[in-house]
Amino acid sequence: MRDALLEIQDLAKYYPVTEGALRKVTGHVKAVDHVDLSVRDGETLGLVGESGCGKTTLGKCLVRLHRPTSGRILLRSADGSMQDLLSLQGKESFRTRRRIQMVFQDPYSSLNPVKNILSAFDEPLRIHGFGNGARRRDIVEEALRAVNLQPDYMYRFPHEFSGGQRQRICIARALSLKPEVVVCDEPVSALDVSIQAQILNLMKALQKQYRLTYVFIAHDLSVVQYMSDRVAVMYLGKVVELADSASLYAGCRHPYTEALLSAVPIPVLGARKDRILLSGDVPSPVDPPSGCRFHPRCPKRMDVCREKEPLLQEVRGAPAAAEGAGHFVACHLAERGGKR
Amino acid sequence: MAEGPILSVRNLRTEFQVGRRSLRAVQDVSFELARGRMLGIVGESGCGKSVTAHSVMQLLPKAGRISGGSIHYVDGSGRERVLSAMERNGREIRSVRGREIAMIFQDPMSSLDPVYGIGHQIAENLLEHERLDRGEARARVVALLAELGIPIPEKRYDDYPHQFSGGMKQRAMIAMAMICNPRILIADEPTTALDVTIQAQILALMKQLQERHGTSVILITHNMGIVAETCDEVGVMYMGRIVELGSLEQIFNAPRHPYTAALLRSVPVLGLGGRKELESIRGTTPDASTVFEGCEFEPRCDRACPRCAKESAPERILDGSRRVRCWLYA
Repeated sequence: MRDALLEIQDLAKYYPVTEGALRKVTGHVKAVDHVDLSVRDGETLGLVGESGCGKTTLGKCLVRLHRPTSGRILLRSADGSMQDLLSLQGKESFRTRRRIQMVFQDPYSSLNPVKNILSAFDEPLRIHGFGNGARRRDIVEEALRAVNLQPDYMYRFPHEFSGGQRQRICIARALSLKPEVVVCDEPVSALDVSIQAQILNLMKALQKQYRLTYVFIAHDLSVVQYMSDRVAVMYLGKVVELADSASLYAGCRHPYTEALLSAVPIPVLGARKDRILLSGDVPSPVDPPSGCRFHPRCPKRMDVCREKEPLLQEVRGAPAAAEGAGHFVACHLAERGGKR
Repeated sequence: MAEGPILSVRNLRTEFQVGRRSLRAVQDVSFELARGRMLGIVGESGCGKSVTAHSVMQLLPKAGRISGGSIHYVDGSGRERVLSAMERNGREIRSVRGREIAMIFQDPMSSLDPVYGIGHQIAENLLEHERLDRGEARARVVALLAELGIPIPEKRYDDYPHQFSGGMKQRAMIAMAMICNPRILIADEPTTALDVTIQAQILALMKQLQERHGTSVILITHNMGIVAETCDEVGVMYMGRIVELGSLEQIFNAPRHPYTAALLRSVPVLGLGGRKELESIRGTTPDASTVFEGCEFEPRCDRACPRCAKESAPERILDGSRRVRCWLYA
């Protein structure tokens, strides 16, 4: 088993809901509600869930675009010890930022239209002290080559590129800082089908080449499964199931995962298994349901689900597909001896 | 069914005037919609699938016009009416649009007017086409909302769009389209803005309505999975042309056009995981203003031959019924 490079402990991010002219806080949107996850060195951890489940907020907490309400984010430092990113101050905190980079969903809004590609790259490189102008230009050149773009594209402006090319540029920009972890937030969902495969394959190749660790956030289960070694399924701010991607598909234990998997349309005739249609919509994260958050929509709910919140626990006796890969699920049904 | 198709589009061409140039968004598109069937039109953004739908509905923006071909619709009394010849926004097309042919748009968030109640917006279509008073219209709308699975429809009737969730808004859009019991429903990416579990609900609902009311449906989407699970026939579009048109089995089990085949190989399939490397289509979709002498897919095609770059491929009928536009079969 590979060691954890990034450890998320009891992480929570609440947004205040305010009312009236005095902006009195009347409640909280619990976007991420006490999540524990560990990301292993060199793996791709998929984060999947429907809109509003907190997957993007979690990603943004990792790169510290959001300051979490509570919890710890530990990153392994060069000497092997785990450093809590949230407790670091000043220069030390700044230096760790380079090590976790992010690729955003929309390649159209993540490049400044009035700056050419070189200056889009140059700013972070300069801030993080990557040598003089000529040296930085070499780095940009190398990064563009790595994503199969011509180096002279650095003098062009964002409007000259297609969506797929822009996403390549955004990936190259993230890589130019030589990060260890890249948080990819829906990197292909804004792209056309025929371009998606190019980007996904490129990301896989870059991961091998630069020994990157990915946190891959997406709503499309087929894409997540294609990319990830392990997958965490989120629902209303909580991780409900975590397993390696093959065993998640073959033997998921949480009724929500089951419904989510069955809802994905499959482009192969006759592949359809019975679809589990969930009733209703995702409830509001301001006032999540009591007990298990999924219970109002769960086809297998029991009395206990309304009262007691299930904890994320390792499934005993699960067929361990990969070495050391634990299968975790937060469901009362699993605690009682698994799926019927 | 023994009867002929309810809608046939013949050699449709739609152009957009951009400055002094005219862009061909749809070129020589022909297809037929059989009664009570679901036809899927798939393609990537900019391939002309939505423009085709808007052409049928005569809903093109001012810069767009149908510059060739014709659209024929057979109405309830068996009379053939040529939609493409009707005056834009004239009385004739307005009597068809919304009543006999209805459309569901992609984005439910921006297709509903935020300052009117949901029920009012649905009833509007009904009042336009049928002689009813407001009370009767309300009763019809409430009944349909109930059929669409909206809880306490009498109360939700007076709600505004912001009080509805995404899935419920899309149900309201479906209600708006279905309220006059149209004979043809055109759904343009009806679930793209929705989450997968909600998407599954909406697709099941559309299928159910289609079967109950015998509606003929054109489903426009970029998602091959949705087509595989809901449609009877499929047309694959690329750069304004239908490159392949056939039954679901023909398209998915034995695609003939290189674009169809490549598209199917480039989407990850749930369950296969990362074991199988995805094949990607090289290059990017050309700009819509690019003019091709030959086949539009030639620059990206693995099976292209010299002829492909020079001449546009004719359409051929293969396997009895499927139509393919590729030099490999000409």
